[in-house]
Amino acid sequence: MLRQLGDSWEKYGSGLQTFHGQTGNIMFIGCTTDDTQHFFDEINGYGWDLGGAGPCVRTAMSCVGASRCEMSNCNEHGIHRHLVNNFTDDVHRPALPYKFKFKVSGCPNDCQNAIERADMAIIGTWRDDMKVDQEEVKNYINAKGENGRQYYIDNVTSRCPTNALSLNDDNTLNVDNRNCVRCMHCLNVMPKALHPGDDKGVTILVGGKRTLKIGDLMGTVVIPFKKLETEDDYEELIELAEEMIDFWAENGLEHERTGEMIERIGLVNYLEGIGLEVDPNMVSNPRQCSYIRMDGWDEEAEKWFERKAEANA
Amino acid sequence: MSDNKPRSPIESGCPDGFQYIHPVMRKNYGAWKFHEHPQPGVLRHVGYSGDEIWTVRCGTQRILDIFTLRELCDIGDEFADGYIHFTIRSNVEYMVSDPAKVQPLIEAITAKGYIVGGTKNSVAMLSHTQGWLHCDIPGTDASGVVKSMMDELIDEFRNCNMPNRVHITTSCCQINCGGQGDIAINIQHTKPPKINHDLVSNVCERPSVVARCPVAAIRPAMVNGKPSLEVDEKKCICCGACFPPCPPMQINDAEHSKLAVWVGGNHSNARSKPTFQKLVAAGIPNNPPRWPEATAIVKNILSAYKNDAKDWERINDWIERIGWPRFFEVTNLPFTKYHIDNWRGARNSLNASTHIRF
Repeated sequence: MLRQLGDSWEKYGSGLQTFHGQTGNIMFIGCTTDDTQHFFDEINGYGWDLGGAGPCVRTAMSCVGASRCEMSNCNEHGIHRHLVNNFTDDVHRPALPYKFKFKVSGCPNDCQNAIERADMAIIGTWRDDMKVDQEEVKNYINAKGENGRQYYIDNVTSRCPTNALSLNDDNTLNVDNRNCVRCMHCLNVMPKALHPGDDKGVTILVGGKRTLKIGDLMGTVVIPFKKLETEDDYEELIELAEEMIDFWAENGLEHERTGEMIERIGLVNYLEGIGLEVDPNMVSNPRQCSYIRMDGWDEEAEKWFERKAEANA
Repeated sequence: MSDNKPRSPIESGCPDGFQYIHPVMRKNYGAWKFHEHPQPGVLRHVGYSGDEIWTVRCGTQRILDIFTLRELCDIGDEFADGYIHFTIRSNVEYMVSDPAKVQPLIEAITAKGYIVGGTKNSVAMLSHTQGWLHCDIPGTDASGVVKSMMDELIDEFRNCNMPNRVHITTSCCQINCGGQGDIAINIQHTKPPKINHDLVSNVCERPSVVARCPVAAIRPAMVNGKPSLEVDEKKCICCGACFPPCPPMQINDAEHSKLAVWVGGNHSNARSKPTFQKLVAAGIPNNPPRWPEATAIVKNILSAYKNDAKDWERINDWIERIGWPRFFEVTNLPFTKYHIDNWRGARNSLNASTHIRF
């Protein structure tokens, strides 16, 4: 397949191709204007498509994920294709305020850098207890000889960002799953012993971007957890992406990324615009500034209690 | 020019990647059990079924000529199983299911001059973009800088001696298409653009350019009797954002476009929340063809990190632990007024505590 592409490019272009662009494209660089159409026609015939430059939906990226990695929590490639192919028109016809990128990583290690390089970042995670193979934990400790316990205390349990780990006297690992934030550090160090749980899904963040114009932004959590198993689940994901792109297309200024728009209008207004309810997982902490008009308090609090009641029903 | 109707494009979108995945990986999709790292550049993944897949990773120059591409394919067909993966940092990975193929594959790759490595706690391939090869904007090269630096860092690519992985990136203009990393080497312009007023009205859509400026420093003006643009140089931050939509606003300067080095970018959630990279050095000469000054600074930072960081600490974790003042001490880099973020939104970067190390 690569040879086929290379042969066609040798015919019409410079013979230089990039594997790959920062947003996952194969880039064929250097061709005369007349030959561009011929080249495209030929590779289009092989099953390849153009797109992803300019103020459009860009091509997406997904990590190796489930095809090789034991930490995968979702069908990364499947999600990637579902999303991007729903927007083929927007990929081909740049008509948006600026660029919009999807990136999918199978776990919070985020090998695709989705949290900072995607307008919509889909990151795999799990909701239930992590899986611990205590025999393998002991094997790791024993393999380090007499300093084994100390090593795993210094480099694993004491590095947990929420102090959710402790090592028992018999070298079994204690995990406070309710306070585990799925940072992946302990799983990274002991991949044979520790694995994601079975109740897998994704966390979705919005608004990541690189520097121009207002500086770099990280994405913000808007969906703490979503299952992606059934067709309906995927339908909902696509609908959410459509809401996000439609709202931004209508309200974004020229050359304004989604994250920049959120900076300008505020997260609360953005959530209203795309039809999402507020969630404490969207903030690191509640507001610190008291200068806000809150005469709608009772209504808003009622919404929270209603949602809780529905969820428990 | 043909007389026939133009061919209608087939808008097929993203192709199905599953057809290109190694059969063993496809068979065990979502059912992998654990992985090992037997040697630098080599990964071994084992599935719940007992199947294994070995991955050999080697560096490429990212922008491949047709001969290199064919050579990589030939190696893949003859010594591997014909399946290949280009990583996010433009390394190439060959996947084989038979462990007996691994050593001959490594030998074949190495014999052709490619270098196996870039896994786990190594200095991975420098991530970069087009630079002077294929972009109209940049103030410096991408591939050239990467080649020069990788030549000096190659032992850290082919071995795993670092406390944790090191992701280095370059950006050749201040739009920063190269993502952030543990260490980033980016252009930093230090003077406002030099405007060719005679060309502006012929080439530029002036309202777009005015809107593009992050600090609203550009306004339309009549200059030499022609409609043009002028820059309020007291406001100008010399970012060069006006240059792409208006090439007569030349931002690139052989002397005044310098390089800056940033450290501590980390997208992973492991151990701490993701962090942005921070400025550590600037005023570095943009000095092709080998950029020795920038390379020396990068090596200096890596050396300090390697000597002092604990296992599993990325550069941002290391600096969190030792503190920024000590970072400037051990690297001997100057701390200046430019290091302090000087606008009201930057309050959270100021030290509102007495947490000081002595």
